[in-house]
Amino acid sequence: MSGNDKTNGHGVALRVHACAKTFADGTRALEPVTLDVARGETVVLLGPSGCGKTTLLRIIAGLETPDAGGRILFNEADVTRVPIERRNVGMVFQSYALFPNMNVSDNIGYGLKIRGVSEAERKARIAELVALTGIAGLEHRRVDQLSGGQRQRVALARAVAARPSVLLLDEPLTALDAALRERLRGELNRLLRTLGITAIYVTHDQAEAMALGDRIVVMRRGAIAQVGTPRDIYFAPANRFVAEFVGAANILEAECNAGVLLLPGGRLALANDAAAAALNGHANGRIFAMIRPESIRIIAPDGAALTGEVDSVSFVGDRQRAAIGGVAGKPIMVDVPNSTPIKAGDRVGLSVDPGDIRVLAGDTA
Amino acid sequence: MSKKTFIGLCFVPLAILVAAFFVLPMARLVVTGASGHDGLRTYAAILLDPRYRATLINTILLATATTLATLVISTISGLFLQRHHFPGRAVLIAMLTFPLAFPGVVVGFMIILLAGRQGLIGDVTLRLLGDKQVFAYSLQGLFLGYLYFSIPRVILTIMAAVEKLDPSLEEAARALGAGPWRVVRDVVLPALAPAFIASGAIAFATAMGAFGTAFTLATDIDVLPMLIYTEFTLSANFAVAAALSVGLGLVTWAILALARSFGGNTVAAAG
Amino acid sequence: MKTTRDCLIFLGQLAFTLLVAAFLIVPAVLSMLAGITSNYFLGVKSGLTLQWVLQVWELYHDTIFRSFLIAFSTLAVTLAVGIPAAYALHLRNDRVSRAVEEIITLPLAIPGLAIALALLLTYGGFSDFRRSWLFILVGHAIFTLPFMVRSVMAVFAAIDVKTLDEGAASLGASPWRRFCDVIVPNARPGILAGSLMVVTLSLGEFNLTWMLHTPLTKTLPVGLADSYASMRLEVASAYTLVFFIMIIPLLTAMQVFAGYRGAASGPKR
Ligand SMILES: Nc1ncnc2c1ncn2[C@@H]1O[C@H](COP(=O)(O)OP(=O)(O)OP(=O)(O)O)[C@@H](O)[C@H]1O
Ligand SMILES: [Mg+2]
Repeated sequence: MSGNDKTNGHGVALRVHACAKTFADGTRALEPVTLDVARGETVVLLGPSGCGKTTLLRIIAGLETPDAGGRILFNEADVTRVPIERRNVGMVFQSYALFPNMNVSDNIGYGLKIRGVSEAERKARIAELVALTGIAGLEHRRVDQLSGGQRQRVALARAVAARPSVLLLDEPLTALDAALRERLRGELNRLLRTLGITAIYVTHDQAEAMALGDRIVVMRRGAIAQVGTPRDIYFAPANRFVAEFVGAANILEAECNAGVLLLPGGRLALANDAAAAALNGHANGRIFAMIRPESIRIIAPDGAALTGEVDSVSFVGDRQRAAIGGVAGKPIMVDVPNSTPIKAGDRVGLSVDPGDIRVLAGDTA
Repeated sequence: MSKKTFIGLCFVPLAILVAAFFVLPMARLVVTGASGHDGLRTYAAILLDPRYRATLINTILLATATTLATLVISTISGLFLQRHHFPGRAVLIAMLTFPLAFPGVVVGFMIILLAGRQGLIGDVTLRLLGDKQVFAYSLQGLFLGYLYFSIPRVILTIMAAVEKLDPSLEEAARALGAGPWRVVRDVVLPALAPAFIASGAIAFATAMGAFGTAFTLATDIDVLPMLIYTEFTLSANFAVAAALSVGLGLVTWAILALARSFGGNTVAAAG
Repeated sequence: MKTTRDCLIFLGQLAFTLLVAAFLIVPAVLSMLAGITSNYFLGVKSGLTLQWVLQVWELYHDTIFRSFLIAFSTLAVTLAVGIPAAYALHLRNDRVSRAVEEIITLPLAIPGLAIALALLLTYGGFSDFRRSWLFILVGHAIFTLPFMVRSVMAVFAAIDVKTLDEGAASLGASPWRRFCDVIVPNARPGILAGSLMVVTLSLGEFNLTWMLHTPLTKTLPVGLADSYASMRLEVASAYTLVFFIMIIPLLTAMQVFAGYRGAASGPKR
């Protein structure tokens, strides 16, 4: 068992090796996936519904067996054949799965009880976790007398009580309303850092992924589309899918000639190395370029290299988002400060720093 | 015609039928119980008269044993059938629920065929042990009969409850290190408790009032329904029969009401 | 994660369940066989025959007809009384209606023997009534009514019948029209389920019927008890076989129906 290391930071280095999953009904939920997670790191699995996030998490947990050839290693030790109850993992479920026949502290202490931890020690640990997760005073409540947020905290406290090797969380905040979700996201972040535990966190909410992940694994149709820090993923998406799934993105498909994009609304200069890389040394060809709405500035139309006409403007509070037509094949999104007067029908010029344009590998979807 | 009038009219056939053929007769039954030459003391006799009391205790013990055995058997099989999918499963379920609508008399006959004088068990034991086992007409036979009609009902309730269990509860327990037995003990069985209470209460109430099976096995086994029957038809002891019926009705009703107050949904059927 | 231990547990449970199924099914099969065997004591090798079934027909065909007569009359009564009652109970849904519901479900909690005694003590003196099959009908109606009412009320609760009713009212339909055109058609699944239950229960009812019957108003289960007590095993078995043949279609319909409703009511994992 985990022992009682009081040191900050417990957990293992985790390795997922070539894990694929084909269900009995023939559903191919996961293509062979390989992933390394460092000790104490929080990795977020992000992707659209049905892309295999839960399946991968359940394979790591030991609730599903990978297809032949797949292996799970905790600190280099192969645990693929070890059933979940002996893997020493902590799990937080979307529905929380609190035991209704036990009160809050019995829920939190259940894992310790199973490991034969003495009552006194158990009490101490429960008190520690109750304080850490901010649910003091609720210890003797029945779980059906708790609010959603309180349940979430109990589920978390229960999962980490026995100092698991890995903490696995499957959309733990999805069942909560937006405001609470944001607050708990912050608390969760603090907690994960305090515990220093190795954690895998599944979500389809990119804001959550950005806020919590040391690294993000973007998944698509059972395969990994990109692995990287939140910044990598956001600023340097590996392909069109990642670019569009994470944040808002304008994807421009256009002819590139000598480092310049030729668009219906004018010309757009690329950084030299980017164009060269995308075209494999050729001087020209069609490429995909991605520009985030906040990287585009509105300037006076006269003399601008790129111009268009405002289709529509929507006020979002902290900024406005304008759709500019006539620039590329479809209207492009631009974030405009909320104080700038701008309205549909205005002619505008656009300027983009070449370093903010990301040329993407060709991607059919 | 206003909607209120219409709703009122909807109650009329019900009111007539139930008042004339249920409420009035039940009231009459209660009154008759006190109309013998012992008056109200007839009711006390249910508990005080040694013969009646022994029968009451017998019946309660038998019903309790039936209920517990049925719950154990049905939980093992119900969990198994709901958790595993294998060829022939549907047939097995159909077999287990087929006797659902057998009247008590038919159940009695089934026990005779199994453990009666020409029964299967007697046949087999005679061949294997050289000793013919016949127990259909004894307490064991009655117990088997009560099991026979309780199992299908209870198994259905338990299977439905197992299907509604949240699988992540069990997964959570396993993630926390609980082995298969612990998961069953700490998570599955507690979650099934409402189903146990509801179906157990039905099994108990049905066993208390079951007349057809005891009647078919027709022996000197003293259970309450048989006692009521003999008091009424053979001894023409109307007051005692009525008082015992009221007592029996109160016990079964109280058990079901109690179970319902624990949140179980209890709809009994014929016994 | 299949281990040898999991396999053993699986096999153990399977064997146990098979044993339970055998306990329930073997006697039923034995009785069916016995009903068409020339001599049960000698076994099937003595030959198969329909003579016992024919004998049952001669001796007891009146009970079969009477059982059907009573079952369908009971159905008619429970339909006529139960559907309007379910509708009114659902719409009122106040203390009074809950008390009424409580009273009409009491016959489920009270043993049939007690109800039969109560009826006998109250109406035993009206000898024409006492001697007719209507006396049995009354008992069956009281006993099966709660099944019909509950089954129909369950559908009402599931389909939000209040809104349907108000919708029809907003279009100008009178309460009676609404009841016939909107309420009853939408309650059909519940009515069907309730009807199957009522007919099945009535056909098999013994506890009440045994007390209420006269030699001239025997039903099938009463006849069964009679044959178990006084006929040779083959005849009793043949008679039971006839009973099985009558209720198996009903039971099957009920299971198919329940399965269909179960499948419609939620996704399975
Ligand atoms: N037990 C199962 N049997 C068959 N197919 C399954 C099973 N579990 C999942 N799948 C399928 O595998 C695919 C991946 O499912 P998974 O639950 O991993 O997706 P997910 O990324 O977690 O989606 P979501 O965000 O909706 O939770 C889906 O197509 C799903 O239908
Ligand atoms: Mg999922």
